[in-house]
Amino acid sequence: MSESVNAWHLIASGDATLFAIVRLSLAVSLMAVTFAMIVGLPLGAALALTRFPGRSAIVVLLNGFMGLPPVVVGLTVYLLLSRSGPLGELGLLFTPTAMVIAQALLVLPIIAALTRQTVEDLWLEYREELSAMGVGRGGQIATLLWDSRFSLVTALLAGFGRAAAEVGTVMIVGGNIDGFTRTMTTAIALETSKGNLPLALGVGLILIFLILLINATAWAVRVWSEQRAG
Amino acid sequence: MRAAASDLPLAFDDVSLTVGATTIVERLNLTIGPGAPTLILGPNGSGKTSLLRLGMGLVSPSAGNVTWGGRADGGPGRRAILFQKPVMLRRSAAANVAYGLAQSGCPRGLRAQRTEELLARVGLLDLASRPARRLSGGEQQRLALARALARQPEVLLLDEPTASLDPAATRFVEEIILAAAHSGTKIIMTTHDLGQVRRLARDVVFLVRGRLFEHADAGDFLDRPATPQAAAFVRGDLVL
Repeated sequence: MSESVNAWHLIASGDATLFAIVRLSLAVSLMAVTFAMIVGLPLGAALALTRFPGRSAIVVLLNGFMGLPPVVVGLTVYLLLSRSGPLGELGLLFTPTAMVIAQALLVLPIIAALTRQTVEDLWLEYREELSAMGVGRGGQIATLLWDSRFSLVTALLAGFGRAAAEVGTVMIVGGNIDGFTRTMTTAIALETSKGNLPLALGVGLILIFLILLINATAWAVRVWSEQRAG
Repeated sequence: MRAAASDLPLAFDDVSLTVGATTIVERLNLTIGPGAPTLILGPNGSGKTSLLRLGMGLVSPSAGNVTWGGRADGGPGRRAILFQKPVMLRRSAAANVAYGLAQSGCPRGLRAQRTEELLARVGLLDLASRPARRLSGGEQQRLALARALARQPEVLLLDEPTASLDPAATRFVEEIILAAAHSGTKIIMTTHDLGQVRRLARDVVFLVRGRLFEHADAGDFLDRPATPQAAAFVRGDLVL
C-alpha cells in the first residue's frame, strides 16, 4: 500500500527523469504509428481492392503478423542494424531511431490488416457506384480510406496501444540506456528487477493513464465528427 | 466534362447474360437512340435492372455485344446511372454532389457553385450540410439523382427511381427527370408503373423473363399491345 502512495507522490512531484522517459516513449510510439500508418493504410486498401494469385496467402500472412512476437521483431532489427549487419554502417543500433523502426515494423501488420478488412467491407458496398462514376484505382483507394476514416481510427489506436505497451523490441534495439533510450516499459522492467517497486508502479500508472487518455480523446473526436459527417 | 464522341445509339446485339445456370437476359436485340425517354417495363425478374447494368457497361454480356455510338468502350463515358438503392458516401449531401462533379472532371473552382445549383434542382439546398446517410429514402434518391446529373450525362439510366416514393415525391422526381430530358439527356428508365409510361415515355421496351417482347411507341404499346403478354400487362393481369 505504501508503495503505491510513493508512486503517486513521484508522479505528483513532476520528476524530471520520469518526464523525459514519458516523453521519449510517446515520441517513439507516435512516430512508429505515423510511419506504419503512411505505409499501412494504402497497403491495406490496395490489398482490399486487388485480386491476384497468392493474395489469400498474403492476407493470411498479414493477419498472422498482427501477433508477431515483439522480441523476434527486435532481434531481426537488431541483426539488421548491428555493426556487422547490412545496415550497420548507419550506426542506428541503441538509438531512438532504431526503436521507431522496430515498433513501426511491429505495428505495420496490425494497421494494414485492419485497414484491409475495413476497406474491403466498404468496397462491397461502394463498388458499383464508384465504377459507374468512372473512379480510377487511386481514387477508389482514397475514397474508401476517407469514408472508413472513423473505423480506421480504431486500427490506429490498436497499433498505438501495441507500440506503447510492448517492451521486447525497444529493450533489444534501444538497449534501455538511461536518459537516451529508456522508455516507460523498459523502465518498469528494470525498476522491478531492481526491486524499486514504487517507481515501477508509478511509471505503469502513467502508461495506463496516457493510453486511456489517447483512446478517450480519439473516441470523443470520432463521436463528434460522426455526428457531423455521418 | 463531356467527351466528344456520342454514346448513342445504345445498341444490344444478340446480348445474353447468364449467371451460373440462370439466364437473366436472353438474345436481346435492341437499339435505343436519342430523344424522349425510353421506359423499360416488365414484371419482377424480367431482367430490367440487368438491362440497365449492361447498358451502363457495369457488366459484360455472356454473349453478344453492347455498343455505345458504335463503340464497345465499356467505361462509364457520357453515361450516368441511378441505382434503385443508391449508395450514399459517408459525407455531407453537398460533398456527395461535389464528388460526382470532381469525378466528371468539373474544375475545382466551379464545383461549389455547381453543387449549389444541382442541390437546388432536386430541392435539397436546405439539407446541403446534412450527412447524406441521415437523409430519408426519398431525399437520398434525389441526392443520388443530383450526383448523377453532376456528370452532365448524355444518357441517364434510372432503376425504378420512384418505386418507394409517395405521389408528391414521385411527381417531384418525374419533373426533374423530364427537365433533364428536355435539356437533351436521353432517359432510359425501368418502371412497374403504367401511369409513369403514360406520363413520361416516348417508347417502351417490354421484357418478360429476360426476353424482349415489344419495343414500341408508348401510345401504341398502351392502346394496341402486339403480344398477349403485353396485353395482359397493360390490362393489369399478372404476367408470370
